[in-house]
Amino acid sequence: MNTRWNEKLRRNGFGWGLVLPSLLFLGMFTYYPMLKSAWLSLFEQNLAVRTPVFVGMDNYKALLHDPVFIEVFRNNIWFAVGTVPVSMALAFVMALFADKAIRGKGLVRIAFFYPNMIPMIAAASIWLFLYMPQFGLFARFASWFTGSEVNLLGNPDTVLGSLIVMTVWKEAGYFMIFYLAGLQQIPKDLYESASVDGIGVWTQQLRITIPLTMPTTLFVTVVAITNAFKWVDHLWMMTKGGPDHASSLLLYYIYETTFSFNDQGMAAAMTVVMIVLLLVISCFQFAGWERQIHYQ
Amino acid sequence: MAGQALWHAIMLLFAAAWLIPLLWMLRNAFLPKDASIGAGWSWNFTLDNFSRVWQGAPFGQYMWNTLLVTSGIFAVQIVTLTLAAYAFARVAFVGRHIVFMLFLVQIMVPSDVLIFSNYQIINELGLLDTKIGIMLPYFASAFGVFLLRQAFKQLPYELDEAARVEGCSSLGILLRIYIPLSKPVYLSFAIVSISFHWNDFLWPLIVTNSPENRLLTVGLAMFAKSTEAGAQWTDVSAATLIVTAPMLIGFMLFQRQFISSFMHSGIKG
Repeated sequence: MNTRWNEKLRRNGFGWGLVLPSLLFLGMFTYYPMLKSAWLSLFEQNLAVRTPVFVGMDNYKALLHDPVFIEVFRNNIWFAVGTVPVSMALAFVMALFADKAIRGKGLVRIAFFYPNMIPMIAAASIWLFLYMPQFGLFARFASWFTGSEVNLLGNPDTVLGSLIVMTVWKEAGYFMIFYLAGLQQIPKDLYESASVDGIGVWTQQLRITIPLTMPTTLFVTVVAITNAFKWVDHLWMMTKGGPDHASSLLLYYIYETTFSFNDQGMAAAMTVVMIVLLLVISCFQFAGWERQIHYQ
Repeated sequence: MAGQALWHAIMLLFAAAWLIPLLWMLRNAFLPKDASIGAGWSWNFTLDNFSRVWQGAPFGQYMWNTLLVTSGIFAVQIVTLTLAAYAFARVAFVGRHIVFMLFLVQIMVPSDVLIFSNYQIINELGLLDTKIGIMLPYFASAFGVFLLRQAFKQLPYELDEAARVEGCSSLGILLRIYIPLSKPVYLSFAIVSISFHWNDFLWPLIVTNSPENRLLTVGLAMFAKSTEAGAQWTDVSAATLIVTAPMLIGFMLFQRQFISSFMHSGIKG
């Protein structure tokens, strides 16, 4: 009896000892900050109110009435709507191409994946020039279309779209990787027997490839949506969220509220909103994982 | 067959379009300053931009800092995640399901979102504008723990038992069996972790404010902002090339490993 207790105690001590280092850092920089944000979001503290005053849900109510916050939120939704489907569709098509033993597939893989290897801030500095009025390659291209000089990043109507194009360029190759992995898991004899039965290539994609890569699609969708709420470096470099908040996104607005306006209560409240949003999106991911397990 | 050729052509066209930003950067990085603003196309070639950039900002220092920070983070991560992954894979301790759920939280709520509170914590610790302050929040990686736990779980238990019969301790088994047999997973994690931290921007920007502790990405952003728009874009292109070159060269050389490690980590993470 005694030795069994001893064994149990030792095993538990050992297990906890092993996870402790990780748990310590996670506690300090994930759980504690989350709780702290939730707590601080109930207080008013900014340049005018130096010592925190308990205000309950007032910060959240203020957010609902803050026209900038609403605009930024709407921008972020549009940003997700613009980047997610296009980059995923491109990724899927590119993966189809790069998966087969076709000449030039190595080049396609490199061309498509390299944007993912460079920092967003570097991508932003390149694209800033591509979009620069008069001199930038894409700006010249656009003005060739419209017949007049265009400032793609300076116009509230075009700025978000321009950033979406850049983000699709940056991300599509990353999602291609997941589809490449997904395609490899499809048994090749499915296609062979389909060909023998005289089923065309297009129908094969529709009936075999798309359904069997569904788990990948689900997984990538969640990653892509989450990313749409995390990208922020390019704003710092290219637009500062402007002109007139037309390109600002949630995380950038939190950054501004924290470090430019010094409004801690509001920054905390927005952080909580972001956390809840990401947790909800992640729940879909678990549903996706469940599906993936069923398929295997 | 015609359809095949068309499909082929369209894809290669896409690939070519994707390369435009890279080629544009390369061209400007090597183009004489006055030629870049000129209307026509120029085939002139110069290395002046690089020497000017190198003198204009301490990019050597930035690169050293980035190297230090990324390898420091990775070195600590290896230790913390190996231990935790082993516990989750092979030690039946009380509460491990709850702890496992707690680890999931970090994957769902990445530290980018928590910059506001994390900044305050680093401030309270007195670690603002230090390299350790940049590294600290990343010392534990739940993602890495999941990745490695999966690998550990796939190793046959018989190895474990055989080693134990030989009188090997748990930590000995971990060191002599689990770690060597999981090398490919470590490599995958290394690539993902290092490329992520090499490219990270917002957090290092917030934490540092002196050139001694600035990372490459932050240095590039500062440099680009300080130059007058347009007039010096050859310089900025050269600086961008300096910052992106290490990752780009690594990727070109080990394309297969890079892509397979991303596949690996993405699907199983």
